[in-house]
Amino acid sequence: MFDLLFRALLGGLGVAAVAGPLGAFVVWRRMAYFGDTLAHSALLGVSLGFLFEINLNLAVIALCVGLALVLVTLQKKHIIATDTLLGILAHSSLSLGLVAVSFLDNIRIDLMAYLFGDLLAIGTQDLYWIYSGGLLVLALLALFWKPLLAVTVNEELAKVEGYPVEAIRLLLMLLVALVIAVAMKIVGVLLITSLMIIPAATARKLSRSPVQMASVASLLGCLAVSGGLLASFQWDTPAGPSVVVCAAVLFLLAYSLPLGKSKNLTRP
Amino acid sequence: MLTPATNALVSFDNIGIEFDGRTLLSDINMTIHQGEIVTLIGPNGSGKSTLIRTLLGLQQATSGRIQRHAQMRIGYMPQKLHIDPTLPLTVNHFLGLVKGVKKQEIPAVLARLGINQLAKKQVHFLSGGETQRVLLARALLNRPSLLVLDEPVQGVDVSGQIELYNLIASIRDELGCGVLMISHDLHLVMAKTDTVVCINQHVCCSGSPQHVKEHPEYQAMFGVPGAEDSLAIYSHHHDHTHDEEGKVMPNDSHSHCNH
Repeated sequence: MFDLLFRALLGGLGVAAVAGPLGAFVVWRRMAYFGDTLAHSALLGVSLGFLFEINLNLAVIALCVGLALVLVTLQKKHIIATDTLLGILAHSSLSLGLVAVSFLDNIRIDLMAYLFGDLLAIGTQDLYWIYSGGLLVLALLALFWKPLLAVTVNEELAKVEGYPVEAIRLLLMLLVALVIAVAMKIVGVLLITSLMIIPAATARKLSRSPVQMASVASLLGCLAVSGGLLASFQWDTPAGPSVVVCAAVLFLLAYSLPLGKSKNLTRP
Repeated sequence: MLTPATNALVSFDNIGIEFDGRTLLSDINMTIHQGEIVTLIGPNGSGKSTLIRTLLGLQQATSGRIQRHAQMRIGYMPQKLHIDPTLPLTVNHFLGLVKGVKKQEIPAVLARLGINQLAKKQVHFLSGGETQRVLLARALLNRPSLLVLDEPVQGVDVSGQIELYNLIASIRDELGCGVLMISHDLHLVMAKTDTVVCINQHVCCSGSPQHVKEHPEYQAMFGVPGAEDSLAIYSHHHDHTHDEEGKVMPNDSHSHCNH
C-alpha cells in the first residue's frame, strides 16, 4: 500500500514538474485548446497500441506527434479557422478512439482509467517513462529557452533577428505532445490540459519574469499533486480529479488572497 | 561598416506584390544607401508596410527582386508591440531576447536612448513614447547596418516626435547605418530625411523632401502646403484625423492619385 502511494506520488511529481514550464508556454501562446486536442487523440493512440501490440506509451507519443504535425500543416493552409479545426480533430479523434476500443473484444480496457487517469496504477515502468520523457522535455526547454521565448514574445522580431521561427514553433508543439503522452497516466486524457494551464495561470500572479513563472508553475503543480493524492487517500476520492481540484483551489487562493497583491503586477 | 565599392544596402527591382488577385504594389524601384535616411510616405493602405515586410522576409514578392548587401544586418522596429498580458516580462528581459546579444550590451543602449530607468519596468506598463524607445533599443541591439522603422513616432506627441526624429538622425550619424522609415506626415520628418519616396501602390514620386513636397502627385494626395495660409511654416495636411487618444482614424475623403 505504501509502495503504491509512493509510486503514485513520484509519478505525479515528475509530471507536474514538467507540465509547469510547458504550461506557461501554453498559456502565453494561447494553446490551451491545442493541448486539449492532442490529449483527446491520445485515447486513439492507446487503442491503436493494443491493436498493433506495440508499447502503449510509444503509440500515444507517436500519435500525438503525428497529430501535431498534421495540425501545423493544416494551419498553414488556412482552410478553416484554427479553433474550428482543433474542435473537429479533438472530438473526432476521441470518438474514433472510443469506437476503436469497442473492437478490442478480447482485451478489457479500463476506459475510466484513460479518461480520468489512474495515479494509483503507476508501475515502475511508467516511472521510467515519466522521468526519461520528463528529463528530455526539460533539457530541450532549457536548451532552447531563449529562442522559444523570443518566438513567443514576438514572432516577427524573432524572424528578422534570424531565429528559425517555424522550427521553434514545431519544437514547442512536439514538446506539448510528449508531455501529454507521458502525463496521460496521471490525470487522464480529459484532464491533462488542466495540469498544464492551471498551475501556470496561478504562477502568473506570483511572478515577475518568465523563468520565475515557469518554476513557480512547477512547484504549484507538485503541490497540487501532493494535495490531490492526500485527499484521495484520506477520503477515497478519485486521484486524477482530486489533483485538478487541488490545483483549482490554489488558483482561487492566489487570486483572492491579498498575498498576491504585494507582488502584483498591475502596479507599475 | 560595410566595405565593398558600392554603398547600396538594398535595392528593390520592379517589386510587385499581389494578394488574392488584388495588386498591393507594382513596379517598385528604390535603393537605400549606407548612411542615408529614406522616408516612405503614402496614405493608409498604400502598401508601405507591405513593402517593408517584403524587405524583412516576412512576405514574399510576387514579381521583381530585392538585392541585399551581403553583410547587411537589419534592425527592425515594428509599429506596435503586443505581448500577451499573461507573460511577465521586464524591458531588460525583452531586450535580452535579441539573438546573440550579451546582457552587458543592454545598459549602454538604454543609456544612449535615455531610458535607463525603464530597465526593470514591465513591458505592459510602458507609455507610447517609452514603448517606441524600447523597440528602437531592440532594433539597435541587433547591430544593424540598416534600421527599418515602421512608423517610429506612432502614439507620440509632436515635441516627442521631433525628439525621436532627431535621435534617429544622430544614431545614423554615429553608426553610419542606413535608415528606412515609414511616416504618415512629411512635415515633421522632412528636416531629418535625405530622400522621400511617396508611394500609393506604385512609386508616385521620390527625391529630396523639397522636391517631393512640390510634386503634383504628392500635392494631389496630401494637399498643397501653405496654399491657404501664407504665414504657416508648414501646414498640417492629413489623410486621416485623430481621435481623443491620438489614435489615427481613417478618413475616406482624402484624394488618391489617379492615372
